[in-house]
Amino acid sequence: MRRRLLLFLTLAACAGFTVALAAAVLHAAGAALPSALPEQLAASLGSSGVEHPVTAVLLNFRNYDTLLEIGVLVIAGMVGISLASTSSLEDPALRSSDSLLYALQRWFVPLMLLLALYLLWAGADRPGGAFQAGAVLAATGVLMRLGGLPMEFVRPGVLLRLGLVLGFAVFLLVAVAGALAGEAFLAYPPGMAGGLILTIEIVLTLSIGMILLALFVAAPVSDEHEPEEGAGP
Amino acid sequence: MNQWLMAGLLFTPLAWAALSLLLDFRQGRWLSWLGMLIQALVSLGLWVAVASNGGFYYALAGWEAPLGIALRVDGLAVTFVLLTAAVATACGLHAGVYLDPSKSWQRYFWPLFWFLWAGLNGVWLGADLFNLYVSLELISLSAVGLVALGGEAAALRAALRYLFAVLLGSLVYLLGVALLYGQFGTLSLTGIAAVVGADEPAAAMALLLMLAGLALKTALFPLHGWLPPAHGVAKSPVSALLSGLVVKASFYIAARLWLELGDRLGSHTLAQGIGALGAGAVIWGSWLAFRQPHLKQVVAYSSVAQIGYLFLLFPLTFAVAEPVSRLAQQGITLQVVSHALAKSAMFLAAGNLILSVRSKRVDALGGVSHYLPFSLFSFGLAGVSLMSLPPTGGFAAKWLLLQASLASGQWWWVVVLLLGGVLAAAYVFRIYRATFLEDRASDDFYHPPRSLEAIPMLLALLALGLGLVAEPVLSVLALPFEVAAEVAADVAVQP
Amino acid sequence: MSPDLLYALAGVVLCGIGLFGFLLLEHLLRRLLAFNLIGSGVFLVLIGLAQHRNGPDPVPQALVLTGIVVAIAATALAVVLIRRYYHLTGHTSLADDGEAQS
Repeated sequence: MRRRLLLFLTLAACAGFTVALAAAVLHAAGAALPSALPEQLAASLGSSGVEHPVTAVLLNFRNYDTLLEIGVLVIAGMVGISLASTSSLEDPALRSSDSLLYALQRWFVPLMLLLALYLLWAGADRPGGAFQAGAVLAATGVLMRLGGLPMEFVRPGVLLRLGLVLGFAVFLLVAVAGALAGEAFLAYPPGMAGGLILTIEIVLTLSIGMILLALFVAAPVSDEHEPEEGAGP
Repeated sequence: MNQWLMAGLLFTPLAWAALSLLLDFRQGRWLSWLGMLIQALVSLGLWVAVASNGGFYYALAGWEAPLGIALRVDGLAVTFVLLTAAVATACGLHAGVYLDPSKSWQRYFWPLFWFLWAGLNGVWLGADLFNLYVSLELISLSAVGLVALGGEAAALRAALRYLFAVLLGSLVYLLGVALLYGQFGTLSLTGIAAVVGADEPAAAMALLLMLAGLALKTALFPLHGWLPPAHGVAKSPVSALLSGLVVKASFYIAARLWLELGDRLGSHTLAQGIGALGAGAVIWGSWLAFRQPHLKQVVAYSSVAQIGYLFLLFPLTFAVAEPVSRLAQQGITLQVVSHALAKSAMFLAAGNLILSVRSKRVDALGGVSHYLPFSLFSFGLAGVSLMSLPPTGGFAAKWLLLQASLASGQWWWVVVLLLGGVLAAAYVFRIYRATFLEDRASDDFYHPPRSLEAIPMLLALLALGLGLVAEPVLSVLALPFEVAAEVAADVAVQP
Repeated sequence: MSPDLLYALAGVVLCGIGLFGFLLLEHLLRRLLAFNLIGSGVFLVLIGLAQHRNGPDPVPQALVLTGIVVAIAATALAVVLIRRYYHLTGHTSLADDGEAQS
């Protein structure tokens, strides 16, 4: 009885929330003020170093957001590998010797790598970019892992940590290097924006792929444990 | 010069996070000592710069506000930056000794710590609503990671509760941002404040959503359920960081929103309602703190109560005279600063006491007053600030809030302020009573290193002394923003 | 009513459904899915409302890309924590053994 009352109350509250929100959305749509932002963006696009406006916003106009976003991703990857503190990440249960999977893999892995490369390259002037490419790269890794290929590089050693942080570190380096060259922080020196953005995108692709893969591979859990505070030595 | 100081605040923590990920715990400690020194100097430098020249805006990547992301560096922001440097340095130093370097996962403490610091500085300086969302997520995820570090079942349970609460809070905040962007076409808080009118139901709904999300992240009563387990189960230096700084970040954004938009989008009911929830937090949180069997749960519920005072900002600044509103703002700022110092001191001291008696329970503390008088004294000094007795920062804050309540004719908040002090005394004295009971069978105490005892004492003394230096601290808040335009013009817009 | 506004309203409905699931479901993975549902709803509102006003707008599209990455990071973190929690306790929800905090 109590449970049904709770259900009913939650349902009513959520329905009320939805109606109020819908009213607010309709009102906002009706009362929208003209904004100069799209014109400003179009005017500045020429000096941003890329042709695709979304990539320009992500990696030039609002690149501080993107820098922090990669930081968030690194945190997730880091916590993932911190919880899987076994020395080897190889889980024998996941090794399969399925010949069909193996045959598929021989076709799919090169194709997917090619697709990742294309997405990375496409980001300059059409939908695509580092995150999409990194996601495909990680998916390739997942496929390889499911097919039982040995993947020594996702062992939680210094190499993995270097891989996790590489894209973030290069991005940060470029951010500060711009200031050393006399620009504002996170700005690219004139004429170099295109090249620097491409460099950032390439290392970000590698790092994003690695983080997502590490999160997938970090599944086996360790049996070591941390004593609670006050639980004695 | 200013922009280098400010960039030092934003980018050195990020760089230190990246570097310390490559090192182990001991090497990371060395690196972090250097980093904390840099942060302390940079924060102090920026504070002095703003105190002498006034605040300024800085356009990141050289793109001005609607298109790019602008940072706002004003008196309030640098006060919080400096507070963060003090509290985070203390917690970092404490953690370097307190945590066990032989555990393989402790190496991840430093990167998480530095990401957390980067996010906090990003929030204090942020003036872009979406960027604030990303900074908040940086803070939340690293805080959850710190709680979960080590991966025990109790820690994971607390971390998951914490994670779900903060994620929901962030999304509700983002929903408000989406409504505002849909209506006004800009993400800059100052830009929105310039065009928003008085009768805007959609924008009012957006403000309501953002405040609700942030209140959940700040653990405002009755949304506080996630806080005590998370702050109670984390390691003491982490609890100190979470209680001292992390909950203040979301409150800071809520306060900024209210002060910029509240006069047009808020209402009397909303302001009084939020104040009533704050009052509820003071009473209910203190009562629960009094009843907790575990020492750190007492301190954690005390945070719920102390956070309640902060939300008195909303009724005390809505539709009141300018001087009254200023009094209230100053009082709340002092309350944030003194609570951050006192509560981090209290958590660190509680960690020492727990280390000493090897139990988390309050009733196991019997006799510890003989063995660890120094840590107990730090705990008590911090408690004095929470009880808001003179001359502490807590007293100065409550005094300003009392004046603001009386001057605006809202006498009912006075009752809350006085009652809160009495209840705080009750739960602090309960701990003291337990430590003086001599019914313990064994004399088996562990004595933590001196450095662990010194750090909470320093923080408690800062909280105590804050009341004496309240004037210079507050004078920075009211600095004019005139210089802003010139500095903004200095930063050349890219061709 | 433009198609963009329709997207925004669909986003509103998703938010409502997601919130209902988030509040009521106890299984941790389901709750995580509800969180992602709210996230999708918020992203739809963000893009739909902005594009209803001035046509294709790259700024909210970029914001949503950032938001998606943040949501993925949070989801991945939550899954890792849930998995480990399940491994240690065998529980799939936080409410299983009451409010025991020890």
